[in-house]
Amino acid sequence: MLIESLNNLKIARRDLLINAMKGGGALVLGFNLPGSALFAADSSAALPGARKLDPARLDTWIAINKKGDVTAYWGKMDMGQGVDTAISQMVAEELDVKIEKVTVLFGDTYVMTDQGGASGSSGVSNSGVALREAAAEARQVLLEKASTLMNLPVDKLTVIDGVIQEQGNSTHTLSYGDIIGDKLFNVPLEWNGEIGNELELKSRAKLKDPANYKVVGTSVGRKDITGKIIPKTRFTVHSRVPGMLHGRMIRPPSAGATIVSVDKDSIAHIPGVQVVVEKDFIGVVAPKEWDAIRASRALKVNWDETKSGFPTTSEKLHDYIRKATADKSEVPENIGDVDAALASNKKPMEVEYEWPFQSHARMAASVGLADVKVESGGTVWTDSQKFYDTAICTAKMLGLKAEGEQIPVRSIWGPGPGSYGRSDSADGVLDAVVLSKAVGAPVRVQWMRNEGIAWDPKGPASVINMRAAIGEDGKVSAWHFHLKGFSRQDVSSREHSPSETLAGQLLGHTRKRNWTMSEPANSYGFANKRYSWDAIKPLRDMGSPLRTSHFRDPYGAEIHFAVESFVDEMAYSTGMDPVAFRLQYLTEQRDIDVIKAVADLAQWQPRTAARKQKNANGMLVGTGISYAQRNASVNAVIAEVEVNPQTGRVWVKRFFVGSDYGLIINPFTLDRTIEGNLIQGTSRTLFEEVKFDEKTVHSVDWATYPIVEVADAPEEVKIVKINRPELGPKGAGEPVTRVVPAAIANAVFDATGIRFRKAPLTAARVKAALDAAV
Amino acid sequence: MANQFNINVDGVDYQIEAEPDMPLLYALTNDLEHKGPKFGCGLAQCGACTVIHEGVAIRSCVTPVSAVTGKVRTLDGIGTTENPHPLQKAFIQSEAGQCQYCINGWIMTSLAFLEQNPKRTDAEIRDALAGLKCRCGTHMAILRAVRSAADEMAG
Ligand code: FES
Ligand code: FES
Repeated sequence: MLIESLNNLKIARRDLLINAMKGGGALVLGFNLPGSALFAADSSAALPGARKLDPARLDTWIAINKKGDVTAYWGKMDMGQGVDTAISQMVAEELDVKIEKVTVLFGDTYVMTDQGGASGSSGVSNSGVALREAAAEARQVLLEKASTLMNLPVDKLTVIDGVIQEQGNSTHTLSYGDIIGDKLFNVPLEWNGEIGNELELKSRAKLKDPANYKVVGTSVGRKDITGKIIPKTRFTVHSRVPGMLHGRMIRPPSAGATIVSVDKDSIAHIPGVQVVVEKDFIGVVAPKEWDAIRASRALKVNWDETKSGFPTTSEKLHDYIRKATADKSEVPENIGDVDAALASNKKPMEVEYEWPFQSHARMAASVGLADVKVESGGTVWTDSQKFYDTAICTAKMLGLKAEGEQIPVRSIWGPGPGSYGRSDSADGVLDAVVLSKAVGAPVRVQWMRNEGIAWDPKGPASVINMRAAIGEDGKVSAWHFHLKGFSRQDVSSREHSPSETLAGQLLGHTRKRNWTMSEPANSYGFANKRYSWDAIKPLRDMGSPLRTSHFRDPYGAEIHFAVESFVDEMAYSTGMDPVAFRLQYLTEQRDIDVIKAVADLAQWQPRTAARKQKNANGMLVGTGISYAQRNASVNAVIAEVEVNPQTGRVWVKRFFVGSDYGLIINPFTLDRTIEGNLIQGTSRTLFEEVKFDEKTVHSVDWATYPIVEVADAPEEVKIVKINRPELGPKGAGEPVTRVVPAAIANAVFDATGIRFRKAPLTAARVKAALDAAV
Repeated sequence: MANQFNINVDGVDYQIEAEPDMPLLYALTNDLEHKGPKFGCGLAQCGACTVIHEGVAIRSCVTPVSAVTGKVRTLDGIGTTENPHPLQKAFIQSEAGQCQYCINGWIMTSLAFLEQNPKRTDAEIRDALAGLKCRCGTHMAILRAVRSAADEMAG
């Protein structure tokens, strides 16, 4: 229904809105927005009427219909963590309406203003906070209008469930629907001039005191979930338009191989197939999906492999990183004199931690649909979490205007498999753009499983060197964190330019190298401290299956695996309990509080050395703690593990979490988000490593890139959340991930007495170490 | 050569024109426009495409349409918004799944299992669900949902 109705739209809403504004404004056009487009939509929700996509206008953000239904227009999207539901709570709260009355619409670049896509757990903390201001402003405007209509000063009015009434006189009322229903507010709203994550709005009204919250802080059920489980929701994978062809890509046998010739006769037996070859980009399209798949498998391509491949392998990767020339180095933090403290220390500690390339390995590989023309642009359907950038990139691919209000490409977002950063989600849709442009018809591209693991942008591999000086008094006098590895934005986390996509790179678009690294986030008050990094070149310059980009909490897991494992090593080397050691050095109260909370929850048993305990089943058991800040959130995790001495298998039996996300909007859904991070973090700590040789990547499916299985799920997860309403909501989408690896490694140390400094802690690796230790 | 195949899905007969080796999944998603079964791997490694064929949970991504001889049940057919299946109800209440892309596999595999094994232990549930993938890592909520649905189904 949705896609067809969208296709029938002759005029973009943006034009309609702008025309309406020119024509004097307040008239509602009755423009029937295919609200369903906006995958959050509930058809009973208010239609927007005429609104202009100007962030400095209230109508851009909030609309109210005659029934008093509120629609909020949100410029990010929800990846299944209930962010739209949380935002509807914030809007309902600030407007004083029932939660059922609020629908948050999102996912169309022609309907909502760009608030940055899914990014850095900023859904609630940035974009939700902006919409809260818009809601507060709407309430204020409505009160002012009511004041005139009811002939009463604003301070003699109250709002109960969307009905304004005279204080103490429940018969003298006006509803929001009566005042504004289906009309524009037509008022400005203070905007900070930024687009994307940094976009801020400010209401003239004072925000509600958290002490009076009714909806925020309650566990409203996720609004999207029913349509996905009683399956009516159209995912991007279901996108269809009339005349659509199916596309499949053909990948080279080795990384960077180039096309010499293509034998089109090899697929002559498959009906209706077209082959699209442009430089090193090659794909097929066919009317039937199965025919496209068969053709992509049967097509004979002659590749030149003389310059393909990698300079190293996954086995030798970390030595390669150690020896590689640093192309860019930085010292983002340098307090005191680390070198002097280390030089004067009798027994300085120095160890290294290794992390492999990891794949986003989404539940399904990239899918996208493009219906575009060089002359006029068109529409793309994508599940990319940066779908505003998809529109910009598509326009650039077509050689069209890609800036300002009137980008001639509309990008429509739909749900897809979880994406966890700059995954392959951005790449398939740009393949579709190239194919659609070439064949002059709408093309839907579905990547196959191997592409979704072997060809997605990878989380960067690294070696982290940790050094510390501990004096004779047992006090840490210096520590040095040094990260060496690949940039976390070898391709940008935003696909705003063809050169940042696989299709663009295969077509020969080049770009300047982008060096982005990261550093630890904690509040240890060690006297002398240095954070530094060396970034090295990617293993192939362009079009590489090992190009790197953001993978859920970019560099967070890698860095805090090293840092928090090393903190344990320092604690034991001074004969201190790891919890007591952390508490001794932490300087920020929120950090201290989460550690104390989780230690209580888990009934932490202090120890000053690995306990190497065995349970009744002969399993080695232990517990370990880890903690980290992320932006303004802070989490501590205790893992309780069982290590099988026969097989080396590590099982996290229990997780305990102490968390502080400022103001909690929705406790139940927040717990689910924390659990998801714990399990995905476990998967990355114990199982995940991209394998490659000099030729190409060999992690191509779930057999060659194993992830967590249901047998690995813990028996129990316990969470204690510290609510801090005074701080406002802080990001929760991904901050726990970075805390998990060291919690597990520290627990394995407690169980076995062996320090694992190389991730993942696979059964084979653990078994080998156990055998070697005997 | 494309052939004609008769398949019965959720109680309705359909005639599909397809190559004999085309997996059932493509008939379900393209010809029938079902929203439940999804393409995850095409390799029988993840379960996103699971349907029930004659009482057995099968991976429709590797089942040729020509091999479908019996009745097929899909997630699209087991409940409605007004009258959801106990498993659907439990998954919604537990907020099991984040992106929900994998959920078809977990529900349909659980359904086939629980219909045969109404009395089950937690360990048996984990065994029955082995091999299914959930990249969002929502296994805790999924297990909670399956346990609670199992209780309801057992009465
Ligand atoms: S899609 Fe069939 S098992 Fe993965
Ligand atoms: S909920 Fe996303 S893969 Fe399972």
